[in-house]
Formats: sequence, structure tokens, C-alpha cells
Amino acid sequence: MDKVAIIGVAQTKYQRYNPASHAEMAYEVTCKALEDAELTIDDIDNTITVCNDFWDGRTISCMTITEATGSHKVPTTNVEGDGTYGALMGIMRLLSGLHDITLVVAQSKVSEGIPAVITNAMFDPVYERILGLDAINSSALQMRSYMHKYGITEGQCANVSVKNHKNAKANPYAHMPLDITADDVLKSRLLADPIKLLDASPVSDGACAIIMAGEAVARKRCSNPVWIRGVGHCADAYHLGDRDLADVDALISAAGRAYGMAGIQDPVKEIDVAEVYDAFSYMELMWMEGLGFCGRGEGGDMIDSGTTQMDGALPVNPSGGVLSAHPVQVAGLARIAETVLQLRGEAGARQVKGAKVALAHGIEGACGQGHCVFILGR
Amino acid sequence: MAVSSEELGNTGTLKYPSRIKLPYTWHAGKAGSRFYREIKDHRKIWGTKCHRCGWVYVPPRETCPRCFLDIDEWVKVGDAGTLLTYTITRYSVPGIQPLEPPYALGIIKLDGASSGLVHLLGEIEPEDIRVGMRVQAVFREAREGNYLDIKYFRPLRS
Repeated sequence: MDKVAIIGVAQTKYQRYNPASHAEMAYEVTCKALEDAELTIDDIDNTITVCNDFWDGRTISCMTITEATGSHKVPTTNVEGDGTYGALMGIMRLLSGLHDITLVVAQSKVSEGIPAVITNAMFDPVYERILGLDAINSSALQMRSYMHKYGITEGQCANVSVKNHKNAKANPYAHMPLDITADDVLKSRLLADPIKLLDASPVSDGACAIIMAGEAVARKRCSNPVWIRGVGHCADAYHLGDRDLADVDALISAAGRAYGMAGIQDPVKEIDVAEVYDAFSYMELMWMEGLGFCGRGEGGDMIDSGTTQMDGALPVNPSGGVLSAHPVQVAGLARIAETVLQLRGEAGARQVKGAKVALAHGIEGACGQGHCVFILGR
Repeated sequence: MAVSSEELGNTGTLKYPSRIKLPYTWHAGKAGSRFYREIKDHRKIWGTKCHRCGWVYVPPRETCPRCFLDIDEWVKVGDAGTLLTYTITRYSVPGIQPLEPPYALGIIKLDGASSGLVHLLGEIEPEDIRVGMRVQAVFREAREGNYLDIKYFRPLRS
């Protein structure tokens, strides 16, 4: 496979209420990503937006931000899914040989809508939507299922939240840097048993952009390209009852594809830093299992071991993760942007020393129905 | 609709409160229609069985998600089953919730089914709910051909 590089990244600060409009946020990260890549908008020959009509509150919402992403008169397409899938489409664009430099922009104003009403609409209107299922209580069904099958404790899940909110203190983009204890998490308000307030990610507004190029262009135009070494994606069944919610078959498949492409055989040894989509605390434990960082059912032992702390062998979510900022649709692209900063050595106080290989992960659908895994390297 | 803008905090920008209303009619499909008719007319729960993998899907499917094959065998499953997982929704979201919170939801594997059915749990205190407990469907008296024709699942009385 020809190589594709990420040559520019930008994020807004994530916050509960960003007073900017959708287009203003998209414009901010487009300009900053261009500056980061030392390019101008004239260098961009195609763009990809990542947004969703329900979250944006309008039909074909992507077409309303073309001016903010410099997309007039260049090929532009929208990905309605997590930002990692926008980056995946960027790879395809560049490998087609038809384009030289691709801009991917994701923006989300979760604060403008009512998240539970919007996520309720992902469930089958003929069947279970009427039960009032949403992202929180459906995930609670998964968390219970995972805890029951593998003996994972609420305390182990709480430790993910403690770690990630603490990591967020070193990330100027993070929405929720917090000094909390596992006890604080366990005693926080019950939302949908066993999910408590501090097991859940916040409502965040924000945007993220990345600029990608094929190998020849990247080597010529960029002094510090970050290479995409592997990518894989896979989806599981739509209906919750068709899946064993405690297991992560689709992620195992997605990770296997990405590892195969990147030549990774022992992820914990070969990967230096990982950013995973922890929309809820328990998810980080499950996704570590799916990514092969530990065996099935060993996510709790993995957090207990300290391996995923900042000073461990494989720091997971040095940025603070999605638990510390959850702009829906943007969050997976933010995972990629964070790993790019880590690999360039530009992650400031949250820098993982000497990081050479990184993993970024995004999900979409209820309870991680779909997964997209990126392996990036210097 | 008359809408006035409001100041967003002390940011100097305005926000514009409005509302999206979108009437829509979904078609239940062949399998969904029969599923609801059987519950409405006979208080019986039916699924479909894939001839290759043997999975019995409830609600019924016309295509096996595992084998990508047409399914045409209908099987009656029990109205009792085993609780696979559950949660108690404790927050209020006006407009989408069928009951006042707190209310219990679970995934039930009906006897004879392979897939799980997400539904409400009733006639039980939250603290008494256990994974693995036996539960039974309670049908609504006035049934309308929708998911809530099963009112909820309650603990099975032996």
C-alpha cells in the first residue's frame, strides 16, 4: 500500500457551551490546521466533513459549512459517523491517486440539542425506541452485562474515570479536568444503574481538523509527517439483543485488520500510546480487551495493574479521553489528532516520552456497534 | 412560529431556541407485522428461525443477520425467559420515556429464542432485580399492535 500521512492537526478547546456557531467552529479548526501544516486553502484539493443531521438540527447539515471549510469548488463529501471514519475516507481519497491533499473537518455542538432525545432516535422506531432507550441506559445494559460475565467491578470502572480526568489536567483542549477519587465516582449521582454521573462523558461542543497527504506530497511539503501504518474497521449487529453485549467481536476484527497492515503482533509491547473512545468508564476496559491489550475479561486487571497510567508501559488516553470531552462525531478524530501530537513530541505536559507508535480508536452506534482503529507512526 | 433570541450566558452571542417537529410513519415490514398481529390477536410471541445456523430471532427477521440468508420458518417462543442484563433509568427525558423514572429495562432471552428482547421490567423493586432471574411477559388488555402490547416482563410466578 502507498503511504498516507497526517501533516496538520487542530482542535478547539472542548467546552459545554461554545458560543461559536457550527460554521465558526469549523472555520477556526480549518485555519489552525492549515497553519499547523504550513499550507494555504489553495493547497487543499478536496475536503471531507463529518457531521450528522440529527446532532446539527438540520437536513444535509454538511452543506451549510462548506464556506467555513474552504470547500467551494473542490470535491467535498460528508461522513455521517465518527470522525475516525472521516479520516478513513481521507485515506481512500488519497490512495485513489486523484487527490494530493485532503482536509477532514468534524464539528459538533452537543449542547444545542437534547442528547437523550437524539440518541433515542438511533433505536428501531418499530421496536425498542418506544422504551426510551438512549446512549446512557443502553450503555448501562452493556456495562451490567460486561460486569456480570467477567466479574468486573464498579470500582475498576471508576478507576478509568479517575485516571482519565486526571490526565485531562495536562490537556489544554480537555473539557473536564478533575481531581477525583474512585469513591467520588462511586458516590456520584446514579444515572442508569450501574452508570453514575462520573462514569459518563460530558456534553461537549468542539471541532477538530486534520490534513492528510500521500507519501510524495507529504515528504515534499511536511517536515514532521505522521504516517498511517494501519487501519481497520468493522461493525456488529444493530439490535442489542443480537449481540453478546459483554463481548467485542467487531473491535477484535477491526484491530486485527489494523495490526495486520501495521505488522503489529504484540500491541502492548509495540504500541507506545493509545487514545480510545471511552464514552463511559467501562468502555475503556472493554475496548482494551478488543484491542488485544489484555485477554477477554481482563480489562479490570489491566487498569488495576497500572499499565495504562501515564507512567505505565502503555498509557491509555493521556488526553483525558472522551470521558474528559465528548463532542459527538468529533471525538474519534480528536483521538487521531491527539496521537499525532504525541508522535510529534508536541503533547506538552501529557507527552508520553519517545512515543513512536500510537493507536487511535473511534466507535459508532449503540454500545460500540462499529469500531475504527488507526495505527500511526513517526 | 415566533421565536426570540436569548443571550447565551455572558458570551455576547445569542442563541435561538426552536423546535424540530417531524411527523413520520414507519412500516413494520412483513415480519414485524406478523409479530405484532400475533401478540395483539393471540397473546403469542413468534420468532423466525434460520435454517442454516438455527438461530431463532425475536423480534422476527426476514434475513438472518449471521448468515445473510432468507428466513421463512416461523416458530412460537415462550412468553417466559431469562434476564440477561438490566438497568434502572433514573433521569427524566420528556417526550421519549414510556414511564415516569425511575423505571427498569432489561434484555430477556425468551425460552426457545436465541436473541435477546429489550423490554420493560415491572412488578418488581429495583433492588430485587437479578441477572439470570426468570421473567414472564404481561400483555396489555387493550392491544394496539405495537411494542408496548407487551406491557412489561414481571418475575415468573411458579
